Amino acid sequence: MSATVDVKTLVIDGENVSARAGQTILEVAKENGIEIPTLCHLDGLTDVGACRLCMVEIKGLNKLLPACVATVEEGMEVTTKSERLLKHRRTILEMLFAERNHICSVCVANGNCELQALAQSQGVTHVRLPYRNPELTVDASHERFTADHNRCILCTRCVRVCAEVEGAHVWDLMGRGIDTMIISDLHENWGSSSCTRCGKCVQACPTGALFDKSKIGADQPKNPDFLPYLNMMREAQ
Amino acid sequence: MSKLKLATVWLDGCSGCHMSFLDMDERLLALAELVDVVYSPIVDTKEFPDQVDIALVEGAVASVDDEKKIKKIRAHSKLLVAMGDCAIAGNVPSMRNPIGPTAILERAYIENADEQQQIPCIVVPQLLRTVRPIHEFVKVDVYLPGCPPSADTFHTALTALVTGEPLDIPALTRFGA
Amino acid sequence: MNIEELEQIAESVWLENDKFDQEINVCMGTGCLSQHSDQLKDALAKAVTASGKNAFVRRTGCMGLCAAGPLVLVDPDEILYQHVNASHAEAVVASLGAEPVKELQCDLREHFDQQVHVVLENSGHIDPERIDDYIARDGYLALVTALTEMKPQDVIKQITESGLRGRGGGGYPTGLKWGTVAKAGGDVKYVICNGDEGDPGAFMDRSVLESDPQRVLEGMAIAAYAVGASKGYVYVRAEYPLAVSRLTACLRDARRRGLLGNNICNTPFNFDVEIRLGAGAFVCGEETALIASIEGRRGMPKPRPPYPAVSGLWGRPTLINNVETFANIAPILRKGAKWFASQGTEKSKGTKVFALTGKITNTGLVEVPMGITLRKIIEGIGGGVPDGHKFKAVQTGGPSGGCIPEEHLDIEVSYESLIQAGSMMGSGGMIVMDDTSCMVNVARFFIEFCMTESCGKCIPCRAGTAQMYTLLTRICTGAGTMDDLNLLVDLCGTIKETSLCGLGQTAPNPVLSTLRYFKNEYIEHIMHKRCPAGVCNMKAALAAEHGLEVLA
Repeated sequence: MSATVDVKTLVIDGENVSARAGQTILEVAKENGIEIPTLCHLDGLTDVGACRLCMVEIKGLNKLLPACVATVEEGMEVTTKSERLLKHRRTILEMLFAERNHICSVCVANGNCELQALAQSQGVTHVRLPYRNPELTVDASHERFTADHNRCILCTRCVRVCAEVEGAHVWDLMGRGIDTMIISDLHENWGSSSCTRCGKCVQACPTGALFDKSKIGADQPKNPDFLPYLNMMREAQ
Repeated sequence: MSKLKLATVWLDGCSGCHMSFLDMDERLLALAELVDVVYSPIVDTKEFPDQVDIALVEGAVASVDDEKKIKKIRAHSKLLVAMGDCAIAGNVPSMRNPIGPTAILERAYIENADEQQQIPCIVVPQLLRTVRPIHEFVKVDVYLPGCPPSADTFHTALTALVTGEPLDIPALTRFGA
Repeated sequence: MNIEELEQIAESVWLENDKFDQEINVCMGTGCLSQHSDQLKDALAKAVTASGKNAFVRRTGCMGLCAAGPLVLVDPDEILYQHVNASHAEAVVASLGAEPVKELQCDLREHFDQQVHVVLENSGHIDPERIDDYIARDGYLALVTALTEMKPQDVIKQITESGLRGRGGGGYPTGLKWGTVAKAGGDVKYVICNGDEGDPGAFMDRSVLESDPQRVLEGMAIAAYAVGASKGYVYVRAEYPLAVSRLTACLRDARRRGLLGNNICNTPFNFDVEIRLGAGAFVCGEETALIASIEGRRGMPKPRPPYPAVSGLWGRPTLINNVETFANIAPILRKGAKWFASQGTEKSKGTKVFALTGKITNTGLVEVPMGITLRKIIEGIGGGVPDGHKFKAVQTGGPSGGCIPEEHLDIEVSYESLIQAGSMMGSGGMIVMDDTSCMVNVARFFIEFCMTESCGKCIPCRAGTAQMYTLLTRICTGAGTMDDLNLLVDLCGTIKETSLCGLGQTAPNPVLSTLRYFKNEYIEHIMHKRCPAGVCNMKAALAAEHGLEVLA
C-alpha cells in the first residue's frame, strides 16, 4: 500500500497555495515566499508560540492565530499583513525595546540582530512606551561566551536548543512575569554550570544577549541554519 | 521664495549626529540654497529664535536644563525632528538609568577625582532621575533613528522635509545604524 | 455497591439522626474556623453532655453567610444563630426545645429565600468528612445509577440536554466537552478537576471542596465513566489546607466504600483520583498551564489547539472541568436534564455560586438561579452597601472581568449579558465597591495582580501588563497625560488580541470596563490632578507642577 498524502488547499494573502495536512501556516507561507515576522520561532526547534509576532488573521475567525503553531485547514483564508496586524506587531516590538536595556549602538549584535531588523522591517522608529530601565546583570563567567540579560527578550530559543538539540538542558527560566530570567542550571554562573560549551545557544539567540567573547557582531553574524540539517541527519541515522 | 529656517540642537548626546550631518560635505552647499541655519552648535546664536521651521534635535533629555530647552524648542518650531538614537531612545546616555544619577555623579566627581572631590551644585545642570527620549517631554514630528544617522540619510530626509516629498524613514535607517 | 446498599446506608444514617431531638450544626468552613468555631463545637458538645439533652453536635461545611460567622444551625427547628462563640454554648443548648436565644438569632429571610441551592444543597447540612452523611442525602445515587443503568453516551446526552456550561469562567458547554473527550481515540484518558481558584475575592470552589467534597468526586467519577477515563486528578491550591485535608479523607472513605477503585459497583469501570497541590500561581487555573503543572513542569500555558480534550495530560485526551461544574453533575443525573434546564435563562442554565465580598453587608457565599438580576443579588441577598455609603460598581469575573456600574445592575446574570456589559461571569467572584473606591486605582490593583501573576511566556502579557501598570501608576499619582491614556487604550487592544492565554487576553478588561463607565475619573486624575474618591495621593504631582522633576 502506498502512503497517501493528505493535501489541503488554502489562500494566503490572496494567493492559492497547497499544503500537507499538519503543516503550520508559517511553514506553508515560507514555502510560498510569503514572509511572516517571527522571533521565538527557529527552524529546527519546537514552537512555543510565545512572541506573538506571527499572529495572522483567518477569515471568519474573530481571533488571531499564531502562524507558527496553527495548522492549515482546507479552504482557510489567511491574511498575514493588515493594519491591525502591523499595529500589534509594532506594539509588541515596542514592548520588547522598553522591557530591558536595548542599546543597539553599543551592542555586539548591532547589524545582526533579529529584534533590530524587525523594528526596521515593521517600521518602528521610536518607542512610545516608557522605558523600564531594569537593573540587570551580565554573566561573563564562561570562558567562551557571555550572557547579557539586558538584551534578552526571553524567546527561550537557547532553552530549547540546549534541551532539544544539545540534550544538556543547561538553560531554563526562573521567576515569572516581568521578572522572568534565563538561568543556567539552578541559577549558577554560566562558567561553572554543566554547559558543554557547544555554543548552539549563542547561535540560536536572536539578539546580543548570548554572544561569543572573541567576536563582535560585524565579525560574525549568528548562524542557526545548521539546526534543521542536524535534526535531519540525526533522523536519518 | 524665502528660505526655511533650520535649527540644530545638541542636548545629551555625543555630537556624533552633528558630525554626520556635516559629513554631507558638498551637499551642504545645495542644502544651504534651501535653508538658513539660524541656530546650531556650529553657528554663533545664543538664543533659540522665535520662529524656526525645522529643528533637528540631537541627544536625550538628561537634565533640568535639557528639559527647559526642549520645551522652548518645541514652542518655537514648526517641525521637530528627533535626530539619532539618543533623542529617540535615550541610547548611551540612558545607560545610567538602571543605576541612577547619584551613582554616576559619585563615580565621576568623587571616586575618579584626584582633587576637590565634590559633586558640583552650580554650573553643571541638575540631572533628572532618568535620561529619557525627547518625545516623553514634547511632541515629535519626525523620528530619524541611527547612531548616528548616516550623511546619506540626512541628505535624503532633509531634502524630503524641505521639499515636502514623501519620506520612508524605515527604508533609510534603523536603531543603531 | 448497588442502589440497595446505598439505601441501606442512608437509612441507617437517618435512623441514627432520628435518635436525637435536635441537631446542632456548627459551621466549620475556613471563615468560621478562623473565628474559632472548632472551640465552639467542643463547647457545645460539652454543654449538651452537661445538660443531659438529647442533641447531636455536627461539624458542617460553609453555611454561606460568612460575615455573620461563626454560624450555628439548629435542626429541625431551622434556627440560625450568628456570631456565636464558645461562651454562648450553654445558652444555645439551654434553648433547645424552648425559646430560641433572641440576641444571637439571625433572621435574614431575604438573604436565604432568594437563593436556590443545587451545588450547595448539602453545604452546612452534612459533615463533609462523613461519606455516609453524603449518601444519606442521595449521594452517589447518580454514580451508581449511571454505572448500572446508563451507557456513557446516555450520560453525555443528559449533560448536554441540561445545558450546563463550564463554571470556571469560560462557559464552554460541558456536554460538548465531554463528548469531544469521549470521541477522542486512545485507551488512556484523564479527568481533571480544576480547583486552582485564584481570583482575588473568590472562594466558591474552596467552600464546595470544604463543605461537600464527595459531590465533586462523584461528578468526576461520572465524567470518567462518560468519557472513558480511569484516572482523575484534583488540582487544588496548597493555600486551601482544609479543603485538601477533607478531600483526602473523602478519597479514603470513597475507596473504602468501593465508590472509587477497581470494578466500581461490580462493573468493569475503574476510577481513582489523586490530589495535586498547586503552588498558588494564578495562571495554573488555565488548563494547559494546569496540565503542565501536574506533569511536574513549569506552569506555563501552551497554544491551543491541540485542546486538552484531544491531547492533554501526558499527551492523552483529558477532560478538565471546574469544581463547581463537577458539583452540578450528580443533581443533573438524579433529577434529570429537564429539571436543570428549567432554571436559568435560555443560554445559561441552572444556578451559579457567587462569593460576595467587598463593601457589602452580607459577605459570603450565595447560590442563585441564572437570570437573576445583579441588583437582587447585591441589594437583596447581599443586603446592600453598609455604613450609608453609595454603591458604585461591582467587579465580576475577578481580574479578568470588569466593573459594572449602578445603571447596569438590572441586567440578568448570564454568560452573555455579563460579557455585553464589559465584564464576564468568571468563576464567581463578586466584589462590591462603594463611593470610597477610586476606579482608576481599582483598575491598577487588578492590573498589578495580572502583572505579578503573568507567567512571562508571551510578550504582550509579560511586558504589556507591566507597561499598563506603569501608565496607571502615572495616572494615579497625577503624573499622567492624555497621551498616556491613549497609549493605555492602545495597549489594551494589543494585549487582548495577541496574548497567548486567557490571563493575558482578559487582563485589560478591568481597564476597559472602568474606562467605559468611569472615564470621567480618569480625566479628573489627568486634567485636574484630583482623585474624586480621595484615594490617590497626588502630592508629588502637584509639587512637580511648581518645580521640575529633579534628582530624587
